[in-house]
Amino acid sequence: MEPLIRHKGLVAPLDKVNVDTDQIIPKQFLKRIERTGFGQFLFYDWRYLDDGSPNPDFTLNEPRYKGASILLTRHNFGCGSSREHAPWALLDYGFKVIIAPSFADIFYNNCFKNGILPVTLDENIVEELFQRTLANEGYTLTVDLEQQVISDEQGWSTTFTTDPFRREMLLKGLDDIGRTELYEDQISAYEQNRRKIYQLVHKP
Amino acid sequence: MAPKTLFDKIWEQHVVVEEANQPSLLYIDLHLIHEVTSPQAFEGLRLSGRKVRRPELTFATMDHNVPTDDPFSTRDEISVKQMETLTKNCKEFNIPLADLHSDQQGIVHVIGPELGLTLPGKTIVCGDSHTSTHGAFGALAFGIGTSEVEHVLATQCLWQKRPKTMRINFVGKRGLGIMAKDIILGLIAKYGVDFGTGYVVEYAGPVIEELSMEERMTICNMSIEFGARAGLIAPDETTFNYLKGRPYAPKGEAFDEAVKEWKQLCTDPDAVFDKEVTFDISDLEPQVTWGTNPGMGTGVTGVVPDPNDFESEVEQKAARQALEYMGLEPGTKITDIPVDYVFIGSCTNSRIEDLREAAQVVKGKKVAPGVTALVVPGSKAVKKQAEKEGLDKIFIEAGFEWRGAGCSMCLSMNPDVVPPGKRCASTSNRNFEGRQGKGARTHLVSPAMAAAAAIHGHFVDVRQLDVRRRDTDGTSYSA
Repeated sequence: MEPLIRHKGLVAPLDKVNVDTDQIIPKQFLKRIERTGFGQFLFYDWRYLDDGSPNPDFTLNEPRYKGASILLTRHNFGCGSSREHAPWALLDYGFKVIIAPSFADIFYNNCFKNGILPVTLDENIVEELFQRTLANEGYTLTVDLEQQVISDEQGWSTTFTTDPFRREMLLKGLDDIGRTELYEDQISAYEQNRRKIYQLVHKP
Repeated sequence: MAPKTLFDKIWEQHVVVEEANQPSLLYIDLHLIHEVTSPQAFEGLRLSGRKVRRPELTFATMDHNVPTDDPFSTRDEISVKQMETLTKNCKEFNIPLADLHSDQQGIVHVIGPELGLTLPGKTIVCGDSHTSTHGAFGALAFGIGTSEVEHVLATQCLWQKRPKTMRINFVGKRGLGIMAKDIILGLIAKYGVDFGTGYVVEYAGPVIEELSMEERMTICNMSIEFGARAGLIAPDETTFNYLKGRPYAPKGEAFDEAVKEWKQLCTDPDAVFDKEVTFDISDLEPQVTWGTNPGMGTGVTGVVPDPNDFESEVEQKAARQALEYMGLEPGTKITDIPVDYVFIGSCTNSRIEDLREAAQVVKGKKVAPGVTALVVPGSKAVKKQAEKEGLDKIFIEAGFEWRGAGCSMCLSMNPDVVPPGKRCASTSNRNFEGRQGKGARTHLVSPAMAAAAAIHGHFVDVRQLDVRRRDTDGTSYSA
């Protein structure tokens, strides 16, 4: 996983609440057996018209948001399915940071596993960012995970908090499994101990 | 000792490592896998040269992609590839698999409980958000992403931040014709789709205690639809009776021993939750969703709401977009909404009791002209049982299609798709845009309400129908 320490990028607004994982990546695109190549299907049903051409009314298709890497959206982003294809699609499309007033749990977790930083900000601050993004073409933000500060080029800034553990994993780009394997002794001891009190393995 | 919640007890029994300022390492007792969210996890294992730590605590099946008319007729090459990949991975890593040839095949959240793999006090995960279903047995069960699937395969553990706890006390008198689905849809309509975010929710109270296991599973299944990490119901005699004799459940003395353990799995009288809510179901009506998330719903005697009546601008906009997608006008009576498709199935409502509920309504009637109606049992075992009871005949004679086990039209990763612009009364769990097919319009309802919509061609209040009614205690049928 790529570490994420500081990211500067163009902001794209997605002014919708409760954006669910079926919108982020519709189920017909879940059938790959790889982790890559999902970006082309991101927000598919919103992004494309029935004939397959880009939908000019969809925000992300506006030329001014081309190349955006920070997604600004509304509360409960990523609700619904556990499909990790959702962060895979966002990442493959180019998003490294997602800013919203709240996120759905599983999606929030999945972001960290893939080097995407979900930033939770107060609803009023998100609203202000929407206005700034809409008012300034080419609006960029710098998200500094080390300092936990977000700032723009006009001197506006705000702080945010991230779970310290997740922050460290992201800053270092660490793989969870490798870390867990360091606890092999504890896991084995737990298994031995538990076997006595509770039969874990049931054979038909 | 400080009083504990049911959640606390299960959590504490599974903590392998607990250190300050980091999540806990939790041991996983049962890992269920299916063809859609596992291939990349196995690929990760291979790339890093890792093994599956406890293949015997892992169980695989095929459900999302399976064609329910003829399971071996998969037309979609990529679906075939996903199922073949699962077979190959299970063989390579020595994982038990209920494939399309197995009598145990079915929707992962239906077969876990019916095989007795799902047991009280276990930690259960699956790369599927509806894993919350298994909480009906007093197991801590939640959905995970594919990276976590790989992590569990490799280590049998997961790093988890301890969630907050909530108890919802269900009180009041359950009215005639009110199903578990109505109870959970009513709850979500009242409190919203992110009410449970960050919490593990225990469902409690007299209403819950009287529910059957199938009904409890319906409730727990939809925990994720209001954002909860997991749903829990304390195991009791209903649970133990359901489990006794299941293939993977403990047998004989071991079962009695297990029951003794399981009886400890309840919230202590003075235990404190982070949040506590009481939900009175006395006035609850059969529910129908009108919008594009499970919280956008109302009682069957209601009308499609006016977006202007919502509090915030953001909600108004969401409601407007939902009505546009759904092709509905504010003020339309719910019972005036016609349906083109009816789907009875999914991990929410495809168990034997769900099919019995629907069959009660359907018996001796005909599906309305122009309506396509499907019944998709959740597993081969459910299908077999239903056929033994003659339910298949009731459905077929009425004009329903009687299908094989799978996820089917709940998410349309298989040939069962609702066409664009068509309206479906569905017993599934999500009415998101495009969920049942691009442009498909989903209304979530109970099995009885779906069956009634199929017969009448539009939504009707099941309470008004001349069918055998529930007894007033809501637990059994009168002849």
